[in-house]
Amino acid sequence: MPEQTSALQLVLSGDPALYAIVRLSLAVSFGATLLAALLGAPLGALIALSRFHGRHVIVVALNALMGLPPVVVGLTVYLLLSRSGPLGEFGLLFTPAAMVITQTVLVLPIIAALTRQTIEDLWLEYRDEFAAMGVGRLQRIRTLLWDARFSLVTTLLAGFGRAAAEVGSIIIVGGNIEGFTRTMTTTIALETSKGNLPLAMGLGMLLLGIVLAVNIAAWAVKYFGARFEQ
Amino acid sequence: MNAVAAPLPLSDLPLVFDQVAVRVGDTAILRDVSLRFTSGAPTVLIGPNGSGKTTLLRAAMGLIPPAAGVIRWGEQSGAGPRCSALVFQRPVMLRRSVADNVSYALMVASVPRAQRKARTQQLLDLVGLGSLAERPAPRLSGGERQRLALARALARDPAVLFLDEPTASLDPAATLAIEELVRAISARGVKIVMTTHDLGEASRLAGDVVLLHRGEVVETGPVGQLLGTPRTEVARRFITGQLLL
Repeated sequence: MPEQTSALQLVLSGDPALYAIVRLSLAVSFGATLLAALLGAPLGALIALSRFHGRHVIVVALNALMGLPPVVVGLTVYLLLSRSGPLGEFGLLFTPAAMVITQTVLVLPIIAALTRQTIEDLWLEYRDEFAAMGVGRLQRIRTLLWDARFSLVTTLLAGFGRAAAEVGSIIIVGGNIEGFTRTMTTTIALETSKGNLPLAMGLGMLLLGIVLAVNIAAWAVKYFGARFEQ
Repeated sequence: MNAVAAPLPLSDLPLVFDQVAVRVGDTAILRDVSLRFTSGAPTVLIGPNGSGKTTLLRAAMGLIPPAAGVIRWGEQSGAGPRCSALVFQRPVMLRRSVADNVSYALMVASVPRAQRKARTQQLLDLVGLGSLAERPAPRLSGGERQRLALARALARDPAVLFLDEPTASLDPAATLAIEELVRAISARGVKIVMTTHDLGEASRLAGDVVLLHRGEVVETGPVGQLLGTPRTEVARRFITGQLLL
């Protein structure tokens, strides 16, 4: 029990170092989710409404990429960003930017695949009405994205949840540098190995709180959106 | 088809099916259908399930291309469907409010933004949904959905309105409301072409009737004549309630 008490005291004390770690974690995860959404949602919608040879292969591959192993992504991004890598000249390795990149790679397939499924389901429902009403192609995409907005917000929150809970890849490309690239998950891993359980447990409580808040938000969005579902 | 005197000149009519065939894969859905829809009282398509009624409406709207034959709108050969609208048997409600569903249809029909609010209210009042304007459309009952679908269709200001089984699965009160709406719309000069299983509904609404069976036109004529003194054996059996296989 003493560790739990110390952890709670640490969280409630408003320790600046601890909350700096929380801020960086949130910034990296928000940044990665935003980037993944900007790239993944249009990609998913495009695949949903397009018919081309080999489309099924793309859909299966996209779904498979949702299960990308984080350490493999971390290693790949590490090789790309390292001094001898093709992107080494930008000096991004062991920076928060590298962590955003690696989390974006992990979250993008989730957002793209779930967006594709959501838009495709709605498209099948709306297709005949669109045709009868004479809705143009661009307007169809806009309508589908708008009418699927509640499901898409849930998709974004799922992506954010994945990013916030991730540790394997960002510890490789971020380096877990104190005061610079140390996030909640990497700090928990480090402090646990050092035996500093109060700090690890305090961050664990905060991380659980964030994940819980994200899930409550997802539920609220779904609950509100259900008023407009069929 | 017999023509009934038109209250308004309609440039899109007559709608002519000239030896039209529609196939889905290897299956013939419509065969050698020749019809002429002119302005006037509603034309009602009757026939058992699978007779091709819905396919005929979809083909008329240009949603299914004919495998053979020609569908002509107006006097222009090869002209595509214009100023027409289709209400499906189970219309899809857009995931937004009742008013926004109609406003969306007005936007698609290129009605200027400044006019949409007033037009939306007019259309909702016409179909009796004025008090439900802010309700999420997917929460409407079956009859209310049909009325909203009619309002959306009327947003296109159609000269021809196709209705696919508009009262299927509705209770008598909702059926009565839809039938009164159909009469009101028809009285405005909109040509109604609708399908139904219900011979009573056909007799209440139709000016003339088309009986389809196995994708072919069996008989056409004024409603009183076709339902009262059918010329063909198939029509006689259908009207007397015998099963057509």
